[in-house]
Amino acid sequence: MIRILRQIFRTGIVTEPLPPDEATEVMEIGTRLEETVRKRFRGSLAIRQVDAGSCNGCELEIHAINNPIYNCERFGVHFTASPRFADMLLVTGPVSRNMEVALKRTYVATPSPKLVIAVGDCGCNGGIFGETYASLGGIDKVISVDAFIPGCPPTPVALLNGILRTVEGKRPETDRK
Amino acid sequence: MSILKDAITASLGREVRFIEDYQCPASVVYCFVPRERFVDAAKAMKKAYALLAAEWATDETPFGRGYGIFACYRWGSEYLIVNTEAPIDNPVFPSLTKKFLPAYRFERQIQSLMGVTPLNHPDTRPWIKFEDWPKEAWPMRKSFDGSKLMPREDGDYLWIKAEGEGVYEIPVGPVHAGIIEPGHFRFQAVGEEILNLEERLGYVHKGIEKRFEKLSWEEGFRLAGRVSGDTTVAHSLAYCIALESMTGCQPPDRAHWLRALFLERERIANHLGDIGAICNDAAFAFMLYQMMRLKEMLLRINHRLFGHRFIMDKVIPGGVAVDIDPQGKKEIAAEMNRLSKDFEQLVTIYEENPSLEDRVRDTGVLSPEKAREICAVGIVARSSGLNLDCRIFNPFPPYDQYDRLELDVPVMISGDVHARTMVRIQEIRESIRIIQWILENLPDGTAASPINPPEADKAGFAAVEGWRGEIIYWLQSGPKGEVNRCMVRDPSSINWLGLEQAIPGNIVPDFPLCNKSFNQSYSGHDL
Repeated sequence: MIRILRQIFRTGIVTEPLPPDEATEVMEIGTRLEETVRKRFRGSLAIRQVDAGSCNGCELEIHAINNPIYNCERFGVHFTASPRFADMLLVTGPVSRNMEVALKRTYVATPSPKLVIAVGDCGCNGGIFGETYASLGGIDKVISVDAFIPGCPPTPVALLNGILRTVEGKRPETDRK
Repeated sequence: MSILKDAITASLGREVRFIEDYQCPASVVYCFVPRERFVDAAKAMKKAYALLAAEWATDETPFGRGYGIFACYRWGSEYLIVNTEAPIDNPVFPSLTKKFLPAYRFERQIQSLMGVTPLNHPDTRPWIKFEDWPKEAWPMRKSFDGSKLMPREDGDYLWIKAEGEGVYEIPVGPVHAGIIEPGHFRFQAVGEEILNLEERLGYVHKGIEKRFEKLSWEEGFRLAGRVSGDTTVAHSLAYCIALESMTGCQPPDRAHWLRALFLERERIANHLGDIGAICNDAAFAFMLYQMMRLKEMLLRINHRLFGHRFIMDKVIPGGVAVDIDPQGKKEIAAEMNRLSKDFEQLVTIYEENPSLEDRVRDTGVLSPEKAREICAVGIVARSSGLNLDCRIFNPFPPYDQYDRLELDVPVMISGDVHARTMVRIQEIRESIRIIQWILENLPDGTAASPINPPEADKAGFAAVEGWRGEIIYWLQSGPKGEVNRCMVRDPSSINWLGLEQAIPGNIVPDFPLCNKSFNQSYSGHDL
């Protein structure tokens, strides 16, 4: 136990030991995000992540925004286990044919009003997998999408920024590749 | 001098025909047997203690032939590929499942996607092909138009059932609770104890193998890098090595060493994440956050030095796309020292925590017998007593410098969650050491050699030890030198069977913990 405590104290709060420019960027995005989430979502934005066929690269980066360095929870953003509690769906793609039904059901299970963000190049337009017998391409081929976050995979900063712009009501559709 | 070659010759005599100048590299033995002797070949391999590494089919109509059926066996550092043929008007072949368990899913997949039927297979349900696909849709056939969506049909998947007083069923997925990939698990349980687990995968089938056939040889490495995003370096590396073997391209030494550097960095990053996540699933969140911190530091340095957090698309045919300067070397050396110090402190905490130990020991046991039976690979195999590691048995430079590198491969025999964690811990220590050694001895030179497209009618093979285990690529060029087939075998294609075997007898709440300790890729399996 004493070792655990020592490790905790020695580690301190690691959130934000970033290089200055990156740190300012995350803090800037974070502060605005927190403000918007407080105003529009009563302080808490619940996100349900759905993998509709991704290679799991995007999942790694979505995990990363939960790590102690980005720590999205301090801005009021948290990930929920059920779509029933979600304000937002963060969907990675391409939509595989075998996930199409499950994605539609998850979408229906999410209460309205809801926001949907397509994450990653494949979520935006199918990426390298394209549109084939097994892949339907971008998320917007199956459910309606409010915003796109391109990147292969998008970095944690890009993800936070995309979430911010979407909750602010600025739909970064021009970002779409 | 090849044990497998001798074994198959002793058993089949003149009926086995060894083919030279087709399969690259030449160290991989390639032979043809008549269809009716396919199982006898498997028997001979079994007798020689070989393991089945992969089984797949090709459509060889562009060559004016039928379907090719291939089984790849491994014994120590030897690989032997047995090929047979099924004519177009009689697309069947004898099943190997009763000899080698992993053939169970390989053959269901061959049946589902190529439409070649394994005779005497105990389970005829489709795999990856869902019940709503048209019955006659076999996407891996050349006659199948892969660019169009298929209509949906009615149909049901026949699940394994359990009956009796108090038996109940828990369906989980495909959309799971966490930030993870989709798959379906169905448990039969009595009280808390699990009687049976049945996996159903295929949800993220994106048609990757078919897609390879539409891309050029030069583009393929990018798709390979996206078979399983967390293993992007190892997958593109396996693709590149297979392609280079077909073209005779020799990447410069420096490129080999940098590839090894990337591979070990990928291994550390994923193992750190896994150790944290395993502890988190045993309700020890402290470790998750500590490990995530170390992982993030590593990814940032990747980004700064190599231009991508996961070093994606940096291993290219002929070499690597980024080099490292003396400043970068210094930075990594300092990073490794820091990481090693922090990591050791955390390992001590892991080892000295009795409540954690109580959860991870004797949980999710895959016995050495079962691991051998399913021909497990990678960390799963090494936690269950199988000493397998391509870095030792099928090395590329610098791993081939055994006497200088002295790679230590950890092997445990308890096969439980603890063993899989300890193997990861030990591998991180080794990887840190390898990286430091690479940095000290990195040869000078260029980072890539030019590469030509392969000749017509050739096959290439590569086996690379990714962080999960052995990744196999088998490439085949068509009559005009185009991509005729690109077979991908992620370690998950085999190790998912291990999870099914390890679960019965455990309690339902321990499933996430067991699953995390295997941490197999859905995307790499479903393709």
